[in-house]
Amino acid sequence: MSIYDKLFPPKKYTLDNGKTVEQKSSRAPIYVIAILIMSIVSIRITGFDPTVLAARGNQFFVILARMFPPEPSYLGSIINPILDTIKMSLLGSALGSLLCLPFAMLASTNICKNRIVVAIMRLMFSIIRTLPTLVSALIATFIFGLGTIAGTIAIAVFSFSYIGKIMYEEIETVDMGSFEAMEAMGFTRTQAFLHAIVPQVLPAFLSNSLYNFEGNVRYAAVLGYVGAGGIGLILNEQLGWREYPNVGMILVVLFVTVFVIESISRFARKKLV
Amino acid sequence: MDERIVKAYESRPKDWVWHAANAAIIIVLLVWSLGAMESSGTNANGGKMALNILSGIVHPDTELLFNLSKEGVLYLLLETICIAFMGTVVGAVFSIPLAFLSASNLTPKPVAFIGRMIIMMVRTVPAFVYGLMFIRVTGPGPFAGLMTMSVTSIGMVSKMYIEAIEDLDTKILESLDAMGCSTWQKILYGILPQLMPNFASTAIYRFDINLRDATVLGLVGAGGIGAPLIFAMNAYRWNEAGSILIGLVVLVLIVEWISTKIRVKLTRG
Repeated sequence: MSIYDKLFPPKKYTLDNGKTVEQKSSRAPIYVIAILIMSIVSIRITGFDPTVLAARGNQFFVILARMFPPEPSYLGSIINPILDTIKMSLLGSALGSLLCLPFAMLASTNICKNRIVVAIMRLMFSIIRTLPTLVSALIATFIFGLGTIAGTIAIAVFSFSYIGKIMYEEIETVDMGSFEAMEAMGFTRTQAFLHAIVPQVLPAFLSNSLYNFEGNVRYAAVLGYVGAGGIGLILNEQLGWREYPNVGMILVVLFVTVFVIESISRFARKKLV
Repeated sequence: MDERIVKAYESRPKDWVWHAANAAIIIVLLVWSLGAMESSGTNANGGKMALNILSGIVHPDTELLFNLSKEGVLYLLLETICIAFMGTVVGAVFSIPLAFLSASNLTPKPVAFIGRMIIMMVRTVPAFVYGLMFIRVTGPGPFAGLMTMSVTSIGMVSKMYIEAIEDLDTKILESLDAMGCSTWQKILYGILPQLMPNFASTAIYRFDINLRDATVLGLVGAGGIGAPLIFAMNAYRWNEAGSILIGLVVLVLIVEWISTKIRVKLTRG
């Protein structure tokens, strides 16, 4: 950035004691210009137009208004799908976060000394993480057929990459001192790992897994759209039939479920840390 | 020496009952959730299908991938970037007032609680429902996708903004007060410099997520790369799906790499 300083020389102040200090000129103009250019390009391509929003914005609330009041009698048909959604996310999160552990160990430089293995593992985690959940769910329905198994697999794949990345970062920041001390005392490497590293990363692992589970419940609601089971299935169906009071009821149930699960998991995470 | 170690070992916290109870609860929950596992029959050619998908990804449709026309992957990616970018900007702008309203150190408790409730409600509704609602406003196309992205961003972005606002160091404001600064000066020199890096970093992070989630928009015809991808997959044209997926993955990886660099710079100042 020295070129920028030459173009826009820093301001000089002379203090009372005779010293001069420099204040570099602000970089804000570069950022503002960059953001402006990107915004203009984006507005051109997407056709973003605030006047349309102002003129037709009320249309947004038409569907919303039809959802009120939600249809309480539909509740009976929601219970099973919402339980399915919870079960899918529970099992998927658990599978993914347990399976990722050995790979996360191989991806952390202080446990695995082989640079190439570390690089391959990290690349694998990033590529899987970029795969949209919807796409993995769609692929899973092709392989495992329509149903909750496909959704569970998709959630597991996402959790695998998400927890895996957090865990290898966590394992790298572990204090290796106690590990070395235990080795010096005559423990084997496995024992030292179990007693020195695991207690340090376990709270973070559990807390992140819970957080991931929390988010997955919300994510799982979308998966039904591609036939991967759960609440999304009936949500899509009711939207298609324009039964908006039923849709409203589904959203209310989803909201309550997410709220309860988040509260429980936040309580548990506070206990952990 | 050994005695001390043995003593320390003996006096370790003994809360195995608590741990065992937790483990039992988790195992019971997992077994309970196994009950829901069903599918419409894992068809025997599932394995063959997997191989087809793999071969499609390995042999992508290069003509589609490097095509510069409006149907080409490159243009679709550009459109997706634009949707995600403007969506993030609009969402971040919406989030600022919501966040200030729900920050418990600025507003009275009931107002903050209501604000948080609104944010949670906004967050619960799945993206494709918003997509359908916005299509009524703007008609199908990237504009609807952009608005959907902005509304789905509000939940996470305003939550992070609230945390940043609640972490504000009020001592700086006090010292500015003592120096005789006006309210505007306090906001300009006391609050903005504390919030800006955090806000920018959150917005960039959300941009990453929006880029990755933009496929969902294709489900309801709200523009972006999702629709061609899902059509190609449903029609078993794996070469096309492969080329779109490769484009998407490479793009997200590059954007992620850049945004991590920027965010590290932002947090270190």
